[in-house]
Amino acid sequence: MIHSPYIRKPASVQSVMLTVLIALIPGIAAYVWQIAAVVLVNLVIATVTALLAEAAMLKVRGRPLAPALSDLSAVVTAWLVVLCFPPILPWWATVLGVLIAIVAVKHLYGGLGQNPFNPAMVAYCAMIIAFPSLMSQWPPAGQLDLQTQLDLVLGGVRELDAITGATALDAIRTGLRAGNTSVDALLTQSAFGQFGGRGWEWLALGYLAGGIYLLVRGIITWHMPTAFIVGLAVISGAFWLTNPAQFASPLFHLASGGAMLAAFFIVTDPVSGAATPHGKLIFAAGIALIAYLIRAFGAFPEGIAFAVLLMNICVPLIDMNTQPPVFGHRGGKAR
Amino acid sequence: MIARLFNFRGGVKPVSHKNESSATPIVKAPLPPRLVIPLRQSIRSTARCLVQPGQRVLKGEHIGEGEGPLGTSVHASTSGTVVEIASFPMAHASGLETPSVVIEPDGEDRWIDHAPLDYRNVSRNAALAYLRNSGIVGMGGAGFPTHVKLGNGSGIDTLVINGAECEPWITCDDRLMRERAAEVLSGATILRELIGARRVLIGIEDNKPEAITAMRAAASGVGDTLEIVPVPTLYPAGGEKQLIRVLTGIEIAQGKLGADFGVQCFNVGTAQAVHRAIHHGEPLLSRIVTLTGNVAHPGNYEVLLGTPVDALLKLAGPKADTDRYIMGGPMMGIDLQSLKVPVVKGTNCVISASPALFPPPPPELPCIRCGACARACPADLQPFELYWFSRAKNFGKTQEYHLFDCIECGCCAFVCPSRIPLVDYYRFAKSEIWARERDLKASDQARDRFEFRNFRQEREKEEKAAKLAAKAAETRAKLADGTSAGAAEAPPPVSDEDPKKALIAAALARAKQQKAAVTPQNTEDLSPETQAEIDEIEARREKLND
Repeated sequence: MIHSPYIRKPASVQSVMLTVLIALIPGIAAYVWQIAAVVLVNLVIATVTALLAEAAMLKVRGRPLAPALSDLSAVVTAWLVVLCFPPILPWWATVLGVLIAIVAVKHLYGGLGQNPFNPAMVAYCAMIIAFPSLMSQWPPAGQLDLQTQLDLVLGGVRELDAITGATALDAIRTGLRAGNTSVDALLTQSAFGQFGGRGWEWLALGYLAGGIYLLVRGIITWHMPTAFIVGLAVISGAFWLTNPAQFASPLFHLASGGAMLAAFFIVTDPVSGAATPHGKLIFAAGIALIAYLIRAFGAFPEGIAFAVLLMNICVPLIDMNTQPPVFGHRGGKAR
Repeated sequence: MIARLFNFRGGVKPVSHKNESSATPIVKAPLPPRLVIPLRQSIRSTARCLVQPGQRVLKGEHIGEGEGPLGTSVHASTSGTVVEIASFPMAHASGLETPSVVIEPDGEDRWIDHAPLDYRNVSRNAALAYLRNSGIVGMGGAGFPTHVKLGNGSGIDTLVINGAECEPWITCDDRLMRERAAEVLSGATILRELIGARRVLIGIEDNKPEAITAMRAAASGVGDTLEIVPVPTLYPAGGEKQLIRVLTGIEIAQGKLGADFGVQCFNVGTAQAVHRAIHHGEPLLSRIVTLTGNVAHPGNYEVLLGTPVDALLKLAGPKADTDRYIMGGPMMGIDLQSLKVPVVKGTNCVISASPALFPPPPPELPCIRCGACARACPADLQPFELYWFSRAKNFGKTQEYHLFDCIECGCCAFVCPSRIPLVDYYRFAKSEIWARERDLKASDQARDRFEFRNFRQEREKEEKAAKLAAKAAETRAKLADGTSAGAAEAPPPVSDEDPKKALIAAALARAKQQKAAVTPQNTEDLSPETQAEIDEIEARREKLND
């Protein structure tokens, strides 16, 4: 027997995920245009791997295949894995990353909606610990032709030092730690563009555009992107103001690395993130803070992935303590 | 003029489907062959039956006397013969049965003598009693007795009249306001005077411009204590608490009453019924019901209370592919299990549902914690948390997360991209909690009974022992008298204490001996620890016995 309500908004997990995929397209377009067209090949590899892994796990778990495969959540995970991995990774590394995300993080915890950790971020952390040098090979903007890229991804040949350069975050970090130099001096290097990494700035803009689309469509709320961006700007701004020669500006931090991708697509993962309005602010600001500390003082050039996982752990605590007051209990106007 | 409107958080905007039934005037439904009038017409109260089978009744005649503080009278909706008094299913999700009076109409629809009430020249209590005897209850659905809601006539500043009608498909209040605006306003004025309010705010969703116009036209002559206020169309703006919030900014917490905040709310249908009762002397015998959905002739019908739904549906003509019927709106209505159920005072709409209009829910997917439900919830709850806890049967947590603030409006389930029937989970959790509380109460009572039984048995044993001892002492005294002294001069026992005690001590000693003689079973080969424990217990017992 069916109970009320008998009508439903035409909303589905599939449409939510599809909207996220559409929102990723500007960033991907910028990626193809500015960095490496081979990312499209990676996306295909990752998508196929994700769907196969999802199907296999569903089969093993004795769950119906069709609803879970068609909800597109595995595809979103796959794309996010690709977009936070270096584009010139050999194909098997992409496959491995996707398998970690889908098999270990998603299905071993119970499938869609059950994972306490962000799948793409666990994949990134696992891979950068297991393959630190592979995961640090980022191509400089627009210097590799497509054939070279394809050789790197699909072939076995890797003469890496010749073709990869330091990312903007990496250059700043190693440059400053080497001493005898300042941020301004470093920014004149070829890795840097107007605000962040040369070429990578455009990706940041692409992700920003996609993020605004998600906000307009009501898939995400303003809380997390705002708290993340403002949080990162405030903490980096504080250090920058005290010592502009030794710390990069907030604008640089926001335009570099995965900041924009994280602000709109990673931090905002509903499953593993905080869910209350105040909780979302705390969660996203916490990620920004930890990510900055790792960037500025840690062992890795980019700290967002670790920051996300650390804050994932805190989600139950955050949600429990940020329950909004319910109707009639917030001391509303009486008379 | 009120300065501004307030808003409540959340809410949804389903397709309204009002035009299907709102275009045509109200039609008087013909007399059905049988009326089944439930004696339970107001919330939590069943009236005492006043008629017998075979008795002839007139239209408006008392057939049920309201009992208890929430009781209201029940009347015959038309003239005819009482043919049966029995339990019949009523319109309730559970299909519960309720005692009902079955009347076969004689077709004459002949009124009993009735007269209007000059309510300004009688005491307030007399006016409230009159409303109670007229069977006036809230017609928005809950069926709360109006005379109870009118309270003690003080402390209410604002009277809210609810013409929001926020559920899709339903248009009975819309048509009522369009066609009988003056009656609604007259009833509102009576209610205002009885409750002692300073002003009346009539909230109407702005998707009913004709009703707003008609009500404004009628209000122009009434004076400035009464205001027609269009409110934004946003389900559930017609929820009592939500409408009060929109019109006055006051938020009434769960468990609190509007009266605590100086505001009270009545439905437009209730106001009109009050007008008919006071100014025409007519008890509440009929109401307007929207017939819509998958039917040939959607519209609004003035229906006698007790009319079975199947007789009513014939007027609208459900189409062939109709597969079920919803009483009420699509957001909160109930799926009718039987079409024999009668129209009651809270029946506002019957929707014929077809798979095309109301597709069966797609398969449920896991919750992705997207929070759409929390953003839609007008009670500011976290529905997905309540869902997790209900699913896990963690009912303590559901209460911590304010389960009972949920008004079951259905907004959360409406927006859920995983199509989880969220409200079903809350209903389940609520009923489990109620059941547990009942069980707890029952077990408390059982424990009390058991403890009292033990106490009583103990007491009886003591009394018996005392009696026996007394008797034994008497006998012994008699025997002693017989041997030593003469039977005639038996001295009264000096004290019956000592021999009694002696007797008891002797009996106990015998019992102890017996006990010691019996070899305890299964107690060989005891470990020293156990033996020590037993010895200790025995020692304690000895002490007690001594």
